Amino acid sequence: MSQLVSELSRPGVRARVKMPALGPSVNGGFVVLFLSLVVLIPLSMVVYHAADDGWSGFWHQVHSPLAWSALKLTVGTSLVVALINLVMGTAIAWLLVRDRLPGQSVLDTIIDLPFALPTIVAGVTLILLFGTTSPIGIDLAYARSGVLVALLFVTLPFVVRTVQPVLLELDRDMEEAAASLGASPLTIFRRIVLPTIAPAAAAGTTLSFARALSEFGSINFISGNLPGHTQVASVFIYGKIQEDSVTGAAAVSTVLLAVSLVVIVLLTVIQRWVARRE
Amino acid sequence: MTYSTRGLVAGLALTGAAALTLTGCNGGSANASGGGGKVKLSLVAYSTPQAAYEKIIKAFQATPAGKNVEFQQSYGASGDQSRAVASGLAADVVEFSLAPDMQRLVDAKIVAPAWDKNQYKGMVTDSVVVIATRKGNPKHIVDWPDLVKPGVEVITPNPFTSGGARWNLMAAYGGSLADGDDENQADAYLGELLKHTPVQDSSARDSLQTFTQGKGDALLSYENDAIFAQQNNQAIDYTVPDNTILIENPVAVTETSEHPTEAKAFVDFLYSDTAQKIFSDNGYRPVVKSDETRDFPQPSGLFDITKFGGWDAVMTKFFDPDNGIVGKIEQGLGVPTSK
Amino acid sequence: MSRWSLRTVVLAYLAFLLVLPVAVILYRTFQHGMSPVIDTLTTSEAAHAFQVTLIVALCAVVLNTVFGVGAAILLVRYRFPGRRILDALIDLPIAVSPVVVGLALTLVYGSRTGFGGWLTDHGIQVIFSLPGMVMATSFVALPLVVRAVAPVLEEIGEEQEQAAATLGASAFQRFTRITLPSIRGALAYGVVLSLARALGEFGAVAVVSGRLIGKTETVPLYVLDLYNNFDQTGAYAAATSLVLVAVVALVASRFLRPRAGVSRA
Repeated sequence: MSQLVSELSRPGVRARVKMPALGPSVNGGFVVLFLSLVVLIPLSMVVYHAADDGWSGFWHQVHSPLAWSALKLTVGTSLVVALINLVMGTAIAWLLVRDRLPGQSVLDTIIDLPFALPTIVAGVTLILLFGTTSPIGIDLAYARSGVLVALLFVTLPFVVRTVQPVLLELDRDMEEAAASLGASPLTIFRRIVLPTIAPAAAAGTTLSFARALSEFGSINFISGNLPGHTQVASVFIYGKIQEDSVTGAAAVSTVLLAVSLVVIVLLTVIQRWVARRE
Repeated sequence: MTYSTRGLVAGLALTGAAALTLTGCNGGSANASGGGGKVKLSLVAYSTPQAAYEKIIKAFQATPAGKNVEFQQSYGASGDQSRAVASGLAADVVEFSLAPDMQRLVDAKIVAPAWDKNQYKGMVTDSVVVIATRKGNPKHIVDWPDLVKPGVEVITPNPFTSGGARWNLMAAYGGSLADGDDENQADAYLGELLKHTPVQDSSARDSLQTFTQGKGDALLSYENDAIFAQQNNQAIDYTVPDNTILIENPVAVTETSEHPTEAKAFVDFLYSDTAQKIFSDNGYRPVVKSDETRDFPQPSGLFDITKFGGWDAVMTKFFDPDNGIVGKIEQGLGVPTSK
Repeated sequence: MSRWSLRTVVLAYLAFLLVLPVAVILYRTFQHGMSPVIDTLTTSEAAHAFQVTLIVALCAVVLNTVFGVGAAILLVRYRFPGRRILDALIDLPIAVSPVVVGLALTLVYGSRTGFGGWLTDHGIQVIFSLPGMVMATSFVALPLVVRAVAPVLEEIGEEQEQAAATLGASAFQRFTRITLPSIRGALAYGVVLSLARALGEFGAVAVVSGRLIGKTETVPLYVLDLYNNFDQTGAYAAATSLVLVAVVALVASRFLRPRAGVSRA
């Protein structure tokens, strides 16, 4: 018996002991059913209703000038937001890990604030600060730049939090060796640090893209909601619901869902890439 | 991994328990009429009459008819509320800002088709579309043509999501016609007006907020909204144009009400002098005038929606998203310019 | 030199985007002193809103925690067909707009649909009542507990549980005495994040709530209501209370975050 135990506790042994099947089945049943009831079935109903008027009806809804414009604005702005986050998020993570500043741990804690804050509070706050009565004189309300700032706010933590742990783990020996051989800080960053943090940064960027795509509450206030100009997809969908146009709402929602699915699959692939590198 | 039927059944039971937790997490069932004869009525209304109803409900509860009646209140954008009731939100009394939101409930068989057959045509309050400006009206915007002068920014909501926006645009259209334009010119005027609109909020309330936050030179709004803003110390003035539209707000008892007697008693009370006075104190034009209600300026060229054939015709001709006059204007506006 | 330029850029960015907004909202809240704040937060409508928010959030978090632990165990410890799909599906909620969540739930559980109608006939009201709000909230926070627990489960491996199995421990015993204690920290972190997210959800709840004052009006909805009624100070007060809860949650999560550490510089 003790020999068996020591056999099994040998590091690296991944033998799958055949567990009695009751536990995982109960678990599996619950997990799958819960996921279905809360997420999968409702989302499939949306896709189902998108096809109420057939394929041509679906395309007509999605390709109508205002819907198309809203989708282009949403995807385009989310891409820009994701890229800005990639750069700034990595920079912020670098600062938090590699630098020593007074009040740094406070900063580290409040980085997560946009994530924990209700979107409507974010909306009210942003319009206070960057709206017409802005105390710092910056008026971005009702412009595309207003949408951009709102999205940057809500996606702030994503890249930071994925890159930070990797930077923390990073062994400095290689960097120090390269430095002693005369490499410039930029070269060190480019050839040693960057490849290591790239997967994590990519994962964070993908997450912030996904989040930006779906944002609603904070944008509602600060965007001008001008159809064809500053109206994002989620607000467009809201409008369609208000018009009792379920098909239209479902059609545009389905497109967003499809884009999101692509993003998620990308994320899973990246996560597996990260795992394989470790 | 092998499956066991027992396990899967247990899994289903666990999910069922979870579902029960969900329903258990329901803080009490709706519309329970408790002991002591207390009846609970659910009032679902649009957002602006909230202050008025809070007072009216108290007054009603002081009458014999309202002694044992409690109220569950819900306020929100007129369209949102109407859709909610259509999707199953329990309601005994409903009030909206315009008739199409009531029509939705007629179509869903929640309100009787004869809801508008009483002496007040089913309307409980009136208002008019006014032009609100900054205090002192620095840009001298007093009538419809002033709105499309160069450099003037007008705030009005998105007509596809806001009932208020539709009243606004029909008032503008009618105003243009009254000034001597023919239909084509009036259509063009609407196009111009929307070109002067930098923001199209989802609801009339949002528009009011946008304007009071400092955006725009003029706001097209309900008179009662403008009065409400002034009562809350917002620095705005407003002008009632000579030619403007009569806004009529419909009310009804639902067919699905579990307490129709009490609900009808409440709606009857809404037409009483007491209730109409409270409405008028809150900026609404009463449908039952008395000595107690305040005086409102009477526009010489007041018209109503029947001038254009009623809401059904208007919704098709103007507000169909693809082919309506306004629908086409909005699509034409969707030319992206970089900002 | 480049260290300073990095610092300037990053700090300016954070000041602009993060510090300033929070400062502004705190300033506007307490601009007129504490009494308007207290007045707003002690009305019965506010009290009800907090109550509703708390109930909905707690229910959603409990459900998500059970789901989260179960799903994490399933994903990490077992291999089965469709495992990768399950993995991807769990992340889906992050990318779904709250408006779509509301729409989707109404399409399935609204009283005027087949299934929803059946439920209503049997006395179970989902949409426009707390269960619908709990589902909407659960939806948006779904991945949080799973993603906090799964990596840790992966790290610690199965050896202990396997050893216990061979020693005759039942599945339940293994779960409660070995698995649970080992993921305690990560679980707490996930729960706290989940709670913060649940307390603040606005969009999805707005669609399925019905806004019944005292019954289905949450604090975020109440903030909107105050704002629209020109009670700006009140709106900021309620908003600040949410900010404070978020900050408390964050500070708590910082201490619980697995391997929250210092740089090994």
